[in-house]
Amino acid sequence: MIEDRNAATAQGRPTLLDVDAVKMVYSSAHRTVEALGGVRFTVGDGEFVCIVGPSGAGKTTLLKCISGLLRPTGGTVRLEGTEVKAPPQAMALVFQDYARSLFPWMTVEANVELPLKQAGMARRQRRDLISSALADVGLTDVGSAYPWQLSGGMQQRVAIARAIAYRPRILVMDEPFAAVDAQTRADLEDLVRDLWHKLGVTVLFVTHDIDEAIYLGERVLALSASPTVVMDDIAIDLPDARDQIGTRSLSRFGELRKELYGQIQRARHTSG
Amino acid sequence: MRGAMFVQAYGDAARGLIGLAVFAAVLELLPRIGVVSHVYFPPISAIVVALVHEAGRAAFWVSLFLTLRSWAVGLAIAVIAGTGVGLFIGSFETLRRLTASTIELLRPIPSVALIPLVVLLYGSTIRSTLVLVVYASVWQVLIQVLYGVQDVDPVARQTAVSFRFGRWGQLRHVVWPTTLPYLMTGIRLAAAVALILTITSELIIGAPGLGKQIALAQSGGAVATMYAYVLVTGLIGVAVNLVARVLERRVMHWHPSVRPSMHRARTP
Amino acid sequence: MRVLSRFLYAVALPCLLALGWWFASRGSQNFFFPPLSGILSAFADVWFSAKIVEDVLPSVLRLASGYLIAAGMGLALGVPIGLSTRLRAYVEPVLEFLRAIPPPVLVPILILFAGIGTTMKLMVIVSGCLWPVLLNTIEGVRGLDETLGATTRAYRFTRRGRLVHFILPGAAPLIFAGLRQSLSIGIILMVISEMFAASNGIGFTIVQFQRSFAIPEMWSGIILLGLVGFIFASVLGFVERRVLHWYFGLRAAERNDT
Repeated sequence: MIEDRNAATAQGRPTLLDVDAVKMVYSSAHRTVEALGGVRFTVGDGEFVCIVGPSGAGKTTLLKCISGLLRPTGGTVRLEGTEVKAPPQAMALVFQDYARSLFPWMTVEANVELPLKQAGMARRQRRDLISSALADVGLTDVGSAYPWQLSGGMQQRVAIARAIAYRPRILVMDEPFAAVDAQTRADLEDLVRDLWHKLGVTVLFVTHDIDEAIYLGERVLALSASPTVVMDDIAIDLPDARDQIGTRSLSRFGELRKELYGQIQRARHTSG
Repeated sequence: MRGAMFVQAYGDAARGLIGLAVFAAVLELLPRIGVVSHVYFPPISAIVVALVHEAGRAAFWVSLFLTLRSWAVGLAIAVIAGTGVGLFIGSFETLRRLTASTIELLRPIPSVALIPLVVLLYGSTIRSTLVLVVYASVWQVLIQVLYGVQDVDPVARQTAVSFRFGRWGQLRHVVWPTTLPYLMTGIRLAAAVALILTITSELIIGAPGLGKQIALAQSGGAVATMYAYVLVTGLIGVAVNLVARVLERRVMHWHPSVRPSMHRARTP
Repeated sequence: MRVLSRFLYAVALPCLLALGWWFASRGSQNFFFPPLSGILSAFADVWFSAKIVEDVLPSVLRLASGYLIAAGMGLALGVPIGLSTRLRAYVEPVLEFLRAIPPPVLVPILILFAGIGTTMKLMVIVSGCLWPVLLNTIEGVRGLDETLGATTRAYRFTRRGRLVHFILPGAAPLIFAGLRQSLSIGIILMVISEMFAASNGIGFTIVQFQRSFAIPEMWSGIILLGLVGFIFASVLGFVERRVLHWYFGLRAAERNDT
């Protein structure tokens, strides 16, 4: 059983994140809703895994369980072998709603700095991490601006800078580019791929966009409609060096897209 | 066990009722077990008895009527004046810039500063009350109307101009609909301030109404009666807030642009 | 040039009004509306004297300390109530009732408890100013953004960090709205607690002038109260602009966006 679940973990990398039969049932006096119906998958150290699913597939609920913001009603999440019961230090989150995940009363620098300060890091070290993180996302000269003075794409870069300055083992991103325009989105996708290469961080990327999942990931997990389970686990056998025009026009890209699209359609029709 | 089921079935409303019941029970018990002297603070049951007794007297109903009338008339004058002046000033950019500093200067002057003046001019009459109420509440309305006029979408205004709307047409179809939700916020704030000033005037100047009854009961040592009147003013306050909020919500309901700024209360 | 025109716009009307008052009241025979010149000379005579220590200072100190105590209590109670849905459900109707009681009726009540001394006046100001701050704090904390809250948890903020960097700044716009309401109620209560029963204070002095028909002196007291109100409001406005400069910027940015 264990081997079976790890089969898709690329190149036998050691498991970093182990999501084991995670269930989430909301019950109130009137009715019971099963949002997650036993989700299981693993993510290897250094992998780039995308999760794609139809809207309403409990993607956000799943991420909340994985990040320790929500306790699942069944199953366990393990990061580096330890059960996740509260947000772990080795994980950083990037939310979809960039405008609401940055503190509007703080400058860009202060936003990036605050989690480090909360972790009790020395000032000198914080300074270094902030400037290298802002440089990594291509924002060297807006440190003293406020987030709301920046465009949407730049605000999301700030959120990414905050996440990487935190030096996580795993970066968890919840539909981070759903609210930006197409060109900005392409830029940000390439930025995330670059950071993944450069920093060697593990990335778990949730999206509703099939193309984005294939373009970015080494593996794509397709979720069913609720109660959500992992329906399919596809290795993306595209060349590692990707670019927006070339990669997307490969015939293999089209095949993968067709396969995933079919899966998702089926998911919508079986339970939607 | 029963209680738990009650809370589950009715949720927050039940919790609120429990909170009120506990509050009343504490008010009842404090004087009974001697934490506070019942001379100063009679148990709530005694206050209710006094209230029932007062409700049998004509003076109670006359006072209630006079208070409500002063409040309503004062508020109405303030709303009409504040809206008219606000729309007028707001319609002319120059006028708005000219008056801004004066409004900022006059608005923080506490209306109670006028008490000695109105006492000399009008004595213990309802006119005194009206002056204080109008002065205090007109700012609430005026300021909100000015915010509202400033919030008019320039594109909408340009559209109206391009269709050759006259000044009146612009006011009626562009400015007024934008301003209305702001006006409702102003009215809600003004209604609360007007009640405070009505009671103040009656209490301090002795203009007829519930406030005067409170002062009379206090000086006559009828402590339970005094609390009974205080309870009534509190209930009026609750009613005023509820009605104002319902009205506000109704206007906001059909209005497409519910803006966060309107929840920002501002007072002089 | 633009600074100059803004300055002219700001001072033009107030100057005009003051001049208008000056000339309209010049040589006035009306007993109740004495000439402005008389009022101003009375102002200097009355208030630039021992009265500034004996009457003005006590009033202002009572207002400032009562107001600050109420603000502190409002924050200290408002944050936990705002954070707990359940607690809020239990206490909200009680708070709504207490808030709705017109604060001036506290004066006769608290006289029973605390006599007519400074304690009574402080208690009156505190118990009148508390509600707007408290209810606005509750509202502000309740309306905090959920995504920001999740961010503070995901990045393992400490309790203190959450309070200082998230809860208080996030609720600050509404807290300041409450502080403004509280301030105007506080000034009303300062004045009427002194008018109702006192032996010193601005309100007490003005009533004394009124009763002895010292009309220019009474007018000078009205002007002084206006000044006190204006100064307190200006100080609060200054603090608000400092603390909320991000909020005004954010609002302006949103406005330009649409």
